[in-house]
Amino acid sequence: MEQIPNVPKEKFKFVHDENNAEQEKIGTPSLTYLQDVRRRLFSNKVAVVCLTLLSIIVLISLFAPLVAPHNPNAQQVILSNLPPKLGNLNIPGFNGYQNMGGHMVDAYKQAGAPKGTYYLLGTDYLGRDLLSRIIYGTRLSLIVAVLATMVDLIIGVPYGIVSGWKGGRTDTIMQRIVEIVSSVPNLIVVILMMIILKPGLGSIVIAIAITGWVTMARLIRAQTFQLKEQEYVLAARTLGESSTKIATKHLIPNLSSTIIIQTMFTIPNAIFFEAFLSFIGIGIPAPNASLGTLLSDGQKAFRFLPYQMWAPAIILSIIMIATNLLGDGLRDAFDPQSDD
Amino acid sequence: MADEREKIVQVRHLKQYFNIGKPNEVKAVDDVSFDIYKGETFGLVGESGSGKSTTGRSIIRLYNPTDGQILFNGQDISKIKSHGPQMKDFRREMQMIFQDPYASLNPRMKVKDIIAEGLDVHGLVHGEEEREKRVRELLDMVHLNPEHMTRYPYEFSGGQRQRIGIARALAVEPQFVIADEPISALDVSIQAQVVNLMQDIQKEQGLTYMFIAHDLSMVKYISDRIAVMYRGKIVELADSDEIYSNPLHAYTQSLLSAIPVPDPAVEKTRQRIDFDHSKPFSDDQSLQEVLPGHFLYCNAEKAASFK
Repeated sequence: MEQIPNVPKEKFKFVHDENNAEQEKIGTPSLTYLQDVRRRLFSNKVAVVCLTLLSIIVLISLFAPLVAPHNPNAQQVILSNLPPKLGNLNIPGFNGYQNMGGHMVDAYKQAGAPKGTYYLLGTDYLGRDLLSRIIYGTRLSLIVAVLATMVDLIIGVPYGIVSGWKGGRTDTIMQRIVEIVSSVPNLIVVILMMIILKPGLGSIVIAIAITGWVTMARLIRAQTFQLKEQEYVLAARTLGESSTKIATKHLIPNLSSTIIIQTMFTIPNAIFFEAFLSFIGIGIPAPNASLGTLLSDGQKAFRFLPYQMWAPAIILSIIMIATNLLGDGLRDAFDPQSDD
Repeated sequence: MADEREKIVQVRHLKQYFNIGKPNEVKAVDDVSFDIYKGETFGLVGESGSGKSTTGRSIIRLYNPTDGQILFNGQDISKIKSHGPQMKDFRREMQMIFQDPYASLNPRMKVKDIIAEGLDVHGLVHGEEEREKRVRELLDMVHLNPEHMTRYPYEFSGGQRQRIGIARALAVEPQFVIADEPISALDVSIQAQVVNLMQDIQKEQGLTYMFIAHDLSMVKYISDRIAVMYRGKIVELADSDEIYSNPLHAYTQSLLSAIPVPDPAVEKTRQRIDFDHSKPFSDDQSLQEVLPGHFLYCNAEKAASFK
């Protein structure tokens, strides 16, 4: 066996304790959880782009009366179905020319539009400015989306948390109520609403308020059931934390990804629900525009005047994609572990 | 006997049933009585599902006991209202260390806020500066770097997380701490570290522990007295040396025979004692003191045989 060399004691020295402590020091800035969330969100480029896009769309629809170039409901039948035209610039697709029987013709000249008449996105079959209608329509669709989200967050989340947290008899009763509510189809609620109210934003919003929160409440309840048995929730209880504080400090932060993902489903669903109602004629009444009515109008003439459907469809798609990607970004931002 | 010693917790005929009156009724804890003396470490061992964790959770009132009394410093805490001022005081006196270090810390909170949770609930500190100072002290006490208090739990190892859990429990300066299998989820090399830390803190602060575990050798190492639980009942309770040298209940004997010995010569010949699970209890049995300080779940006839 090899002899272990006899190293004198003096040759050993302690690794300096302070030195060690110095290495362990880390420069994590002292931020609160929400500050951390914001920092993580803003370091995500995709999320920032989506946030900017959405902010622009929201701002434009907020200030619609100032931004819209024309009255969205003013009809000028002689100027109907004009293609997009952007000033006198000769940009293909935006020069006022239209394919008629195989020839490109200046639709503006043909309609006898006064000189200096430009419609950036063209006009519809009643000669209404499409751009203004899209701006107002986006506004209406966003209102529906925001209200549906609010209902989800204000009714659905607390309902689910209370039901899951209390459990037992309270939970049984609350779940039976959810089942009753969810067994009535949305469409029937809207039709019933129309007996009391006029068709329009009011009845759509009330229909969403009555039925929209059910899915959120169910998801949150199921998650709360899991979370309340987690040891950190038990620890909070043994420390004497009140139920309300446990809900805000422990449950909601850990439910945030579920809440965000479900909201990402709610927003397009609400917009589509409104579009669907408008499409079958019991939604937003004429002459008001929403993205749904614009799509349904555009679809009728899509083969000959495709621009009438392209524009609202693109806006709708942008809103969907941006909310989805922003939702992804938010979900990551709320999760400390996603830190790079 | 240690009867003259001050009793901090007295459990009297504690019953904790779930789903009462339904076909799936569970008698998790069924008529359990024991005392815990001030300053000692009381070990509670038993197999999975024997009701040891439930006993702990009933004592700390995470559950509302079905029946029986729990006296803490002479006051019955088994019936106090869940959200009253009495409960709030009680919450400061008794704390718990949890089993799974990966589930016992909220992943969305910073270590600082996790440890300070109890301080905030009970208003023990005033102002951000004092709060931070106290958190530093606590982290120091559990040998963690106070610089790490702005980190999130996922940045720590299992042992470190468990020490954060200990710091959280100690923040409110409790007298009595229930440790619910605090080391069973840890690496063996870390277990001793955490147990030694708990013992040091106990010496420093005069704490009383109830140590729930299924690792028999570790329980023997840390406990002054040990109770063996089986199917919701305590079958044997004695000083830890006594229970290891003189196990009386067949179940205890079976448990002890299962401890592996780090010696191949012994291991080769080690015989496991089988315990008959088919009919463990009969109606005439109860927990009786058969030898001084040594309790056994048996009938009167058996108890008399030790006299």
